[in-house]
Amino acid sequence: MKMLINVPETVVADALRGMAAAHPELTVDVERGMVVRRDAPVAGKVALVSGGGSGHEPLHAGFVGPGMLSAACPGAVFTSPVPDQMVRAAAAVDSGAGVLFVIKNYTGDVLNFEMAAELAEDEGVQVAKVLVDDDVAVTDSLYTAGRRGTGGTLFVEKIAGAAAEEGAPLERVEAIARRVSARCRSFGVALSACTTPAKGSPTFELPEGELELGVGIHGEPGRERRGMMTSREIADYAVDAVVEDLRPSGPVLALVNGMGGTPLLELYGFNAEVQRVLSERGIPVARTLVGNYVTSLDMAGCSVTLCEVDEELLRLWDAPVRTPALRWGR
Amino acid sequence: MGMGLGMDETFDAGFFVRWLEAAASAVDREAGRLTELDSAIGDADHGANLKRGFAAVAELLAEEPPATPGAVLVSAGRQLISTVGGASGPLYGTLLRRTGKALGEDRRVGRERLAEAFAVGVAAVSQLGGAQVGDKTMLDALTPAAEALRTSFGAARTAAEEGALATVPLQARKGRASYLGERSIGHQDPGATSSALLFAELAETARAEGAA
Repeated sequence: MKMLINVPETVVADALRGMAAAHPELTVDVERGMVVRRDAPVAGKVALVSGGGSGHEPLHAGFVGPGMLSAACPGAVFTSPVPDQMVRAAAAVDSGAGVLFVIKNYTGDVLNFEMAAELAEDEGVQVAKVLVDDDVAVTDSLYTAGRRGTGGTLFVEKIAGAAAEEGAPLERVEAIARRVSARCRSFGVALSACTTPAKGSPTFELPEGELELGVGIHGEPGRERRGMMTSREIADYAVDAVVEDLRPSGPVLALVNGMGGTPLLELYGFNAEVQRVLSERGIPVARTLVGNYVTSLDMAGCSVTLCEVDEELLRLWDAPVRTPALRWGR
Repeated sequence: MGMGLGMDETFDAGFFVRWLEAAASAVDREAGRLTELDSAIGDADHGANLKRGFAAVAELLAEEPPATPGAVLVSAGRQLISTVGGASGPLYGTLLRRTGKALGEDRRVGRERLAEAFAVGVAAVSQLGGAQVGDKTMLDALTPAAEALRTSFGAARTAAEEGALATVPLQARKGRASYLGERSIGHQDPGATSSALLFAELAETARAEGAA
């Protein structure tokens, strides 16, 4: 597989150097693997730190800036960052008001962030944690590690980030983050596998003419494989899976997300179908976001995330945000 | 140390440094295979991550060789936690760190003492990851290996290899492979495979020094 890289070993560091050059409003520490908003720590403000394996860009580093994350810690491709990264990031952004860790629910992320939280607390930083586990494709049970964290992460980071920007204390920012996390559900579909730089070939086999329903953002196979479906049929399947689990009683935010290898032309067409299904089901859509936000390298495909919102959460969603990948207001 | 001391043989810090250096070479050599196994039921990063971590361990131990076996394992464990990432970093890091702590500050330790310490390390891995034998994880190799180490290094190696092979028909219940459910059946677990690699190198290092 051809890739626009030098060598696999430096893919993440190369991207961080490029990010630093493009975004002087961020402090990018390539050596230590962290991206921090330049004005951090902001006096009196709760800080949000997230991170995870690379390969999901713009998540998380693309969401660093006023109104969203204070810092992001990218790990190697599809590998959670190490505790040292989050400990340093927490120290860099903590104003004394505390730090919220936003953690996607993967075994590695949870272990490394929990170790980091303990170490940061030893250094006198007050740490709260929120787990994002929005993917309905994998059923929670006694034996699984629980649901995966995917598109809902964007909603948690944006809405909790807005609350922190307004000056809410740590307990309040944490409570809002938990509320959002509890009200988010996602479902992903792959039309092709993704290729990690280290492996250089697709991480799983998806024959021409088939798709994977319920795929994860690391190319983990999902619920089932079927013969290729139309955009209309995929929207019916994906939205139904989300709605049956979320059962929203009020308006929702909709994220129609590309996995990295699907053109916006197709994503917008798919969004039309998503909106049709939601309308048929009588679910009002307050806001919609279409684009590549939580990706899986070069995978073709999409995911749908719905987040049920009340007035307060909607106001925080609409609040100004200024990051490389998400910016509006002010 | 020396040849032919048999059961009473004890091992100093240098032995553990040589073992971890051999493990770093083995992980480097087998990284492709580990990644291949991981791409079947995980996310294709196990080989690359362990390679990076063990290379950092070898480098650290060469720069600042600790004085006791326990200190070698503790500092190797910390280095893995700081460099590997994923679940493997905290899990392997905890295995070595807790085994090292259990060895205390003795300058030389015997095999049976090491077996007891490994049992402590393995229990810590089980607790951290919330997994048991049979869940298709590294514990399927580590648990029988730590037990067999009471008998000999060779028995530990064999037990780890058999444990890794025995993961093939299992359904994963922990770790990222668990997201696959039944589709994880039929693949050998990459974590159990790398664990078997560590015990193979431990046996080789012991054999090279005349120990069973």
